[in-house]
Amino acid sequence: MAATAQIRTVGRILVAPSVILLFLWMIVPLGMTIWFSLLRYNLLDPGTESFIGLKNYGYFLADPAFFTALTNTLVLVGSVLGITVVLGILVALLMDQPFFGRAIVRLMVIAPFFVMPTVSALVWKNLLMHPVSGLFAWITRLFGLTPVDWFADVPLLSIILLVAWQWLPFATLILLTALQSLDEEQKDAAKMDGAGAISRFIYIVVPHLARAITVVILMETIFLLTVFAEIFVTTGGGPGLQTTNIAFLVYAQALLQYDIGGASAGGIVAVVLANIVAIFLVRLVGKNLEA
Amino acid sequence: MAIQASTSSKVVATVAAWLVGFVIFFPILWMVLTSFKSELDAFAIPPKFLFFHWTTENYGIVQSRSDYFGHALNSIILSFGSTLLGLIVAIPAAWAMAFAPSKRTRGTLMWMLSTKMMPPVGVLVPIYLLFRDSNLLDTRGGLIFIEFMGNLPIIVWMLYTYFKEIPKDILEASRMDGATIGKELFYVLAPMAVPGIASTILLNIILAWNEAFWTLNLTTVHAAPLTMFIASYSSPEGLFWAKLSAASTLAIAPILVLGWFSQKQLVRGLTFGAVK
Amino acid sequence: MGKIELVGVQKSFGATDVIKDVNLTVEDGTFVVFVGPSGCGKSTLLRMIAGLEDVSGGIIRIDGLDVVKLPPAKRSLSMVFQSYALYPHMSVRGNIGFGLKMAGLPKPEIARKVDAAAAILNLTPYLDRRPRELSGGQRQRVAIGRAIVREPKGFLFDEPLSNLDAALRVQMRIEIAKLQSTLGTTTIYVTHDQVEAMTMADKIVVLNAGQVAQVGSPLELYDRPDNLFVAGFIGSPKMNFVTGNPAASRGATTIGARPEHITASATSGEWQGTVAVAEHVGSDTFLYVDVEGMGELTVRAIGELRLEVGSKVFLTPDPARIHRFDANGKAMR
Repeated sequence: MAATAQIRTVGRILVAPSVILLFLWMIVPLGMTIWFSLLRYNLLDPGTESFIGLKNYGYFLADPAFFTALTNTLVLVGSVLGITVVLGILVALLMDQPFFGRAIVRLMVIAPFFVMPTVSALVWKNLLMHPVSGLFAWITRLFGLTPVDWFADVPLLSIILLVAWQWLPFATLILLTALQSLDEEQKDAAKMDGAGAISRFIYIVVPHLARAITVVILMETIFLLTVFAEIFVTTGGGPGLQTTNIAFLVYAQALLQYDIGGASAGGIVAVVLANIVAIFLVRLVGKNLEA
Repeated sequence: MAIQASTSSKVVATVAAWLVGFVIFFPILWMVLTSFKSELDAFAIPPKFLFFHWTTENYGIVQSRSDYFGHALNSIILSFGSTLLGLIVAIPAAWAMAFAPSKRTRGTLMWMLSTKMMPPVGVLVPIYLLFRDSNLLDTRGGLIFIEFMGNLPIIVWMLYTYFKEIPKDILEASRMDGATIGKELFYVLAPMAVPGIASTILLNIILAWNEAFWTLNLTTVHAAPLTMFIASYSSPEGLFWAKLSAASTLAIAPILVLGWFSQKQLVRGLTFGAVK
Repeated sequence: MGKIELVGVQKSFGATDVIKDVNLTVEDGTFVVFVGPSGCGKSTLLRMIAGLEDVSGGIIRIDGLDVVKLPPAKRSLSMVFQSYALYPHMSVRGNIGFGLKMAGLPKPEIARKVDAAAAILNLTPYLDRRPRELSGGQRQRVAIGRAIVREPKGFLFDEPLSNLDAALRVQMRIEIAKLQSTLGTTTIYVTHDQVEAMTMADKIVVLNAGQVAQVGSPLELYDRPDNLFVAGFIGSPKMNFVTGNPAASRGATTIGARPEHITASATSGEWQGTVAVAEHVGSDTFLYVDVEGMGELTVRAIGELRLEVGSKVFLTPDPARIHRFDANGKAMR
């Protein structure tokens, strides 16, 4: 092509707006967060900000609330990952089989992901988990047991179940897509080689799914680290701190206690956590990219 | 022998699959059922499954008493606005990276991906303060901008993967046929890119509609979309389950429909093309 | 009207030279085939002529005008791609007429020309269909139709028959040859299949590793190959090459004898060997014979000679048809 250099310059101009915008979006607010995290800054005493270096980080990390929030975050993410990946594989395997009415079942399985988090949260809290009139209460009473007061007694577990329900379709859909891309001929070759159904699963299906499972784990982790709306709408972080994760802790410090400095430090901690996961995900996606 | 086995295993699979699907879907189903009950029926113990007095009064109340439409309008403006903004910026970028790649293209794409990894809570403080000080809190424009920035990496990536799938030799054929760059873009590339662009639009509308971090923190009354509207039902206020269900059904119905059509796009968009 | 000349043409990708100093002339109205193994640069050369690849050095002239700096649209050439590259969102009519539309012709004239081209290629019943509704052979005709309707100075074909099944390939080969002969347009045709080259070309350009190994008519290349590469590439089954004593005794480093120029006998002959494989294709029998000290030779035998695997056979090359090559692989005449 004549004028290849010309095309390349045009290319750079076209990409520039996105790059500049994202760059500003990354640098400006993040930079400000870092700056605030080094100040003693409370919205209730405006104008008395002072530079205190890394003390906020000290307070934040030493605060028992932080440790609780971190544990809650890890428990939440880990449990949801475990539930969604294991169940996701099982449901995907089931949906990969031939059966009648696949389209409708698919719709039913996928639906929870498209329900907005506030709706999911309130439906679970009120219609299902309410200790008196909720459906779960009725079912437990049918078996002669006392109903669980979910959000009072096992709040974190309740949140975990709710979030896992929301994300199960995501895992299922991705794993099903990966399953369906498995070459039928490979399975046939394995059958010729004498492999039974279980061996075929272990040696052919699982390795093929390994990559998709990794993607599911990494993508879900990125989003699960910042679960917010579900907690906001059901427990407000409580009782006490039992359902406070890092995201909610930062929010509470910033907009409820007006401690800008402390909240900023917390925000940076959240960013660091996410970045650790991000490094792995970027590498994985990069391997797939042929630019 | 093989044919027999497959029919009976098909039946078993059907029963199992429908059971699983039903269990997963049940909360939504229960919510929709509740929306047609009176508040008393909604609270009834034991719960009433199908035999109750079906009424649509909740839908009426939700509309008349609590400005459902105002919030729905905000959701629509937010979704479409941020998507439109996203397309304007992302289409040229994705085109350039797909058809005129340079040595930096791959690095740029990876970097864009990494910006999506940043947890919103990390910049909650400055964004909130910036918005407060520039009177952008509770404005539709401010929210559209934030949503646009948050989803820009996904839009660019999705468009990029779709553009890359357009066979290069069809574009070359148009050049042999005498098309200038402009005509090539208009007559050949754009029509072939339309499905990909439509898919990206679909996914982005869904993501923006359901977004529940910035919408909850940056809006109160005027710009509050449906996520916020539903959240306002979270304070215990006595008997309101049926109304909550009606409001919720209205809030999620459009997205459930859109979502069903966008499953493939969901997989591609949220895994950045790693699973296709 | 359509004379294409390449002078000192070369192309490098970074430090690698893909095309090294190619000089050739394609006379107006002739059918020239670029042939060679994978990676020899034949498609790259074609794309450089088309304008789809930049030229690193040298001149490309069409009717005397240097076109190296011209974009494809201005070179007045058409190309038929290996994958056909049809526009999926346009009908057959739209596909064929697109180039005319780009040239700004009025609609009635476009319609007239498209109908004429479709008639030649038996596409008239399919004019309103989309490419995805057509078979492979039909799509290929649409690609050809798109190329001929613009009445360009030259047709460029990039391995157009590779995606067709064997029977269709033979049929299309004949049709393309007839079409070209009727229209009289200069044609450059790229293929890796030497049978296509031999049957369709007025002139063949054999390419090897980015350089021209030999240019000539099909029979010239068959009878008088200039070097080992061309000798071994043209002709199927491949020419037999023998080094060592039989070559030295004839004053060469390597001698070559085509399977059809060696006689096989059960009783007497110059070289003795054992039949390893016997291929009976009906009209002929091909014997793969292990000859001691010389390796495996391929021989075309007449049907009457019933020699099976393991039998002893004597081979005699026709002295008039032996090719001699020196230490550099060049033919000695």
